[in-house]
Amino acid sequence: MIKIAVIGAGKMGISHLSILGAHPDVEVVGVADTSKIVTDVLGEYSPFKTFTDYKKMLDTIKPDAVFVSAPTKFHTSIVQELLEKGIHVFVEKPFSLNINDGAALVKMAKEKGLINQVGYHNKFIGTFEEVKKIVSGGYLGEINHFLGEAYGPVVIRKKQDTWRSSPSEGGGCLLDYASHVIDLINYLVAPISTVHGALLKSFFSDSVEDAVYCLLETKNKISGVLSVSWSEETYRKMSTSITISGPNGKIISDAVELKVYLKTDNCPPGYNKGWNTKYVTDLTPEVDFYLRGEEYSAQVDYFVKAVQGKVPNDKNTFESALLTDNVIDMIKNKKNN
Amino acid sequence: MNRILYGDNQFFAVNHISDEKSRAQSIRFKEDKTILETIDIARDLGAETFMCTSHDRIYNICEMIRQDPEKYKDFSIYACLPYAHKYANAVTELGIMGTIKQYLPGNFFGSIFKGGMAVVSKDYISIMELMIDAEMKMFKKINTPIIFLQNNITDLLLGLGMKDLLKAFHDYVRKKYNAEAGFITMNMPQLLTVLESIGIENPIICSSINKAGFRMSGGMELYEKTLREKKLRAIAMQVLGGGAIPAKEAIEYVCNLPNVESILFGASTRQNISQTISLIREADSKRSKQ
Repeated sequence: MIKIAVIGAGKMGISHLSILGAHPDVEVVGVADTSKIVTDVLGEYSPFKTFTDYKKMLDTIKPDAVFVSAPTKFHTSIVQELLEKGIHVFVEKPFSLNINDGAALVKMAKEKGLINQVGYHNKFIGTFEEVKKIVSGGYLGEINHFLGEAYGPVVIRKKQDTWRSSPSEGGGCLLDYASHVIDLINYLVAPISTVHGALLKSFFSDSVEDAVYCLLETKNKISGVLSVSWSEETYRKMSTSITISGPNGKIISDAVELKVYLKTDNCPPGYNKGWNTKYVTDLTPEVDFYLRGEEYSAQVDYFVKAVQGKVPNDKNTFESALLTDNVIDMIKNKKNN
Repeated sequence: MNRILYGDNQFFAVNHISDEKSRAQSIRFKEDKTILETIDIARDLGAETFMCTSHDRIYNICEMIRQDPEKYKDFSIYACLPYAHKYANAVTELGIMGTIKQYLPGNFFGSIFKGGMAVVSKDYISIMELMIDAEMKMFKKINTPIIFLQNNITDLLLGLGMKDLLKAFHDYVRKKYNAEAGFITMNMPQLLTVLESIGIENPIICSSINKAGFRMSGGMELYEKTLREKKLRAIAMQVLGGGAIPAKEAIEYVCNLPNVESILFGASTRQNISQTISLIREADSKRSKQ
C-alpha cells in the first residue's frame, strides 16, 4: 500500500481524493484544507483523517506521496517542503507561478530521485495519445502549422470572488485554461520557443483575462495559433482541440473525436488514404474506478504505479510542466504589445 | 420499472463521441417546444417514462406538461439530481461557499431556518436535503416514482467513502417524495457492494452496460458476474457503447442479460426512437420464446 495525503480539497483535490480513496493500492492517510466547512464534511462523513494545517499533517502522518491541489500561488513552497522531506509529489497544474522557483524544484526532484508529476490530464486521453503516435510516426511529414484551442463556460457574466479572479494567485484564463493547450502543443508538436504576439482580453472579469489569443513558433520553425476563452457559453463544458498540419496530411482532434486526413498511402495501421475518424471510446482503455473521465483516473494510477516503480516517471514531469510555465511567462511578457 | 426509458442527453448537447454532433443537437433542440414534441413521439411509440436531469430547461418542459394534465396523465419522469455542470462551473467561479449561497433556495444566510441552523450545527445532511428540495421544485405535481442521484455525485461519494450520505439520499427521497431512490454510477459492482453494506437491499442502479465494455469500470466480466449473482434492479445505459457497436447486436446483448430490468436510451428523431424500441421488443420476444 502506498500512503498518500492530499493538500487542498477544492474541486481538483476532492476529485483526486475520491479516485485515491477507491484505488486498491492506496491508503489515504490524511487530507488538509484551510476551509473549515470542507474539513468538517470530510471529517464527519469520510473515513479520512483531516487537518486544517498541512504542516501539522506532515508532522503527524508520514506519507510516501502527496497530492498538492492548493491554489497555484502555494505550489512552490509546499512542493519544496515535500521534496525536502523526501516525499513523492503530484501537483496540480499550472506547476509554478515563477519559472526560477519551478526550475529549482525540477533540479531538486531530480537530485533526490523523487517521483514528480503535474496534473495535465490531457496526455491520458486516448485521442491525444493517438495524435502523438501519428505525428511521431512522421505520417504527416514535417509539421508546418498548428492551431490549439480551448473553450468553455467558466466566466459568463460579471461577478467574482475567488482566487481564480486574482492574477497574483494564479487566476485567469491563461493559467487555468490556456496552460492545458500550451502543454498539449509542447507535447504533441514541439516545445514553443517564441511568442510573436499575444492578446489577453477581458470580457467579464475585472482583474484577469477571459481569453488568450497568440501567435506562436517552435524552435524548429513550426508556426501556430493559440485561441482560448473561458467565457464561451456555447460550450457545455471545457473543450480542448488541436489541429496539426503537414505536407502529407492533417489531424483535427479533441478529447472525444479524432479526424485524420492522409494524403498518401503511407498510413499508420488501421488508417487509409483520405479522411479517417476515430472515437475516444475505441482509443481509451477502461479504468478500475471512473469518476469524471478516464484520464483523471489514469493519471492518478500512473503516478501511483511510478511510485511503486512499475512504470517510468516520464509523463507530465515537473520538467515538462516547466516548459509550459516558460511559455506562459513569455505570453505574459508579450501581452498586448 | 418500465422496460424502456427515454433519456435526455440528446436535448442538452451531451454526446460522448462528437462535439460537432453536440452542437448540431443544441441547434436542433433550441426551442423547448421541440423537446416536448420529441418526448411525445417517444411516448406514442411506447416509452412512457422520461428519465432526465434537473437541467434548467427541464423546468420549462415540466411547466408545459403541468398545463396539460389530461394528456400527460400516464406520463412519469425519473428525475436525476443534480445537473452537476452548473455546480461544477459555479465552484470554479464562486468557490464552494459561494456555490452553496447561490443555489440554496432563497438566500443562504437571510432565509430558511433549516439551512441557517444546519450550517451552525454542522448538520450537513440537512443541507443536502435542502439541495434535493431545491432541485425537485421543477418537478412539482409531476409523477416522479424514482429519484436518482447522478453518477458524478454517486461516484464521488463512493470514492470518498461517504456511505452515510448515500444512505441519507436514499432515505430522504423515500420519506419526503414517496419515491424510490436510484443511483447512477460508472462503477456498478463497487457501488452495489457499498449499498449492500449500508442495508440498501435490491437497489435500483443505472450504469453503462454494453457489448463494447465501454465505461464498465473493473471490466465487463465483473459486471456480468454481478448481474448473474447479485440482487439488484439494473438499468442499462450507454447500450450502444458510444456508437461502437451495431444497434441490433448492442440491444440483443443487454436484453439477454439477467437482472437488467430497464434500458435507457436517447435518440433525436422518430426514426431512431422507433428503431431502438422495436429492437428492444424483438430481442425481448425472442428471449421469452427461448
